[in-house]
Amino acid sequence: MKTVLIALALAVVATPALAAEPVKDSAAVAPVIAADDSLYREFGGHDGLVRLVDDFMLILLDDPRTRDFFVAAKQDHIKTMLVEQFCVVLNGGCTYTGKGMKESHAQLGIDRASFNALVEDLQKAMDKNDIPFHAQNKLLAALAPQHRDIVTN
Amino acid sequence: MKPLIRLMGLMAAFMPVVSAAHAESVFDYTSGKLLLTGGVNTVEGTAGGGLTPWAVIGSYGEQGQFGANVYATDINTTDYDIRSYGGLVGLDDRLEISWSHQDFDTEAVGAALGLGYGYTIGQDVLGVKVKVLGDAVLEQDTWLPQVAVGIQFKKNQNGALVKALGARDDEGTDYYVSATKLFLAKGLLVNGTIRATKANQFGILGFGGIDDDYHYQFEGSAAYLLTRKLAIGAEVRTKPDNLAVAKEDAAFDVFVAYAPVKHISVTLAYADLGNIVTRRQTGLYASLQVGF
Ligand code: HEM
Repeated sequence: MKTVLIALALAVVATPALAAEPVKDSAAVAPVIAADDSLYREFGGHDGLVRLVDDFMLILLDDPRTRDFFVAAKQDHIKTMLVEQFCVVLNGGCTYTGKGMKESHAQLGIDRASFNALVEDLQKAMDKNDIPFHAQNKLLAALAPQHRDIVTN
Repeated sequence: MKPLIRLMGLMAAFMPVVSAAHAESVFDYTSGKLLLTGGVNTVEGTAGGGLTPWAVIGSYGEQGQFGANVYATDINTTDYDIRSYGGLVGLDDRLEISWSHQDFDTEAVGAALGLGYGYTIGQDVLGVKVKVLGDAVLEQDTWLPQVAVGIQFKKNQNGALVKALGARDDEGTDYYVSATKLFLAKGLLVNGTIRATKANQFGILGFGGIDDDYHYQFEGSAAYLLTRKLAIGAEVRTKPDNLAVAKEDAAFDVFVAYAPVKHISVTLAYADLGNIVTRRQTGLYASLQVGF
């Protein structure tokens, strides 16, 4: 519990802006990390992201560490939202229409190990889709801070 | 050398056990960290690079989990063979407890000094490290590093010799603070450590000498991720120069670390440990780590 409190305190200190913004969009769309659409193209544009997220969901469902979170969830909806979200981050010119990260994950009881498991599964999916290592790391670096909204356990 | 070979055997035997333990149920308790984010074992056992501690907690145990590893390292320098082995336990990604033994084999220098060929100085190090703030890996939108504080209790087994060389004590305690940050978008990991120590040559030549004061030393390392499994980097570690009989310099190395899976990592380096009694000591550093 203490660990959680310390982590929360740190999260609050590290993101003074967070508290001021409405919950819904706090970190849902992470920062746009590219000046133009070149990074988006390294991910294969819209079609590339759809393929990536399809593979990602299959890997998540195959992974004993993450399966239980996703079997009963609206997988198609999550996939669509992930494509939008990644597209926004990669400056692909999309709009994210989903829920905030806090709102959509608050009840799931996700711990750090499960968060990392999902990161590893995304890495696997990106490898499978031949996304260059440096491009993978840029996306992951943009998404990683969302652990503050997603990890509650 | 014999204990080292035995340990390697132990490690090899240990691996399948660890793999077998990776049935679904134990995922809840172990191996939840991302690849290489627990570092490797330094020559003093503590998790970090090869020569300097990092702020990360060793092993793959995440928050709410535990982890452990064992390692063996050999540094074959110009005049000496330095062997180190030991292991550590990581708890809740918060606390690290390590144990390490070093054998400093003087080879022909031992004979020249009248100690006998292959005269070997031994040292044990018990380490405790606590993460105090920050997060090296996930806090990618801030510059704030992960910070840890640590203690290394060192006991040299050849007290009479190191005292004859001018050391004041055969045991000593090092205190350090480490800050570590991964800049993931650039694939770069940076670490800085400040150490307060009385140790001569890591403690191999005892503690204290010309003075009996703590000396503040800087240690730094940088690693670049070529792939998720493969990192290259460099380290520097300054050391006190507190023995009248022989000059002591900073140590450097350039390394490549490879972790094909979480259970195993291999680190190879070219190390320059600076002058140790006779002359500048350079050579190959090789380390194997097995754990979960
Ligand atoms: C940075 C990491 C993550 C990102 C970017 C992310 C992104 C998303 C997005 C965009 C949605 C859809 C929101 C909506 O319904 O509008 C979602 C939902 C969901 N996520 Fe995540 N997520 C992350 C981590 C995780 C982790 C670690 C888990 C579990 C291990 C997880 C499990 C779920 C589940 C089960 C849902 C569906 C919730 C519901 O039924 O409404 N997510 N996530």
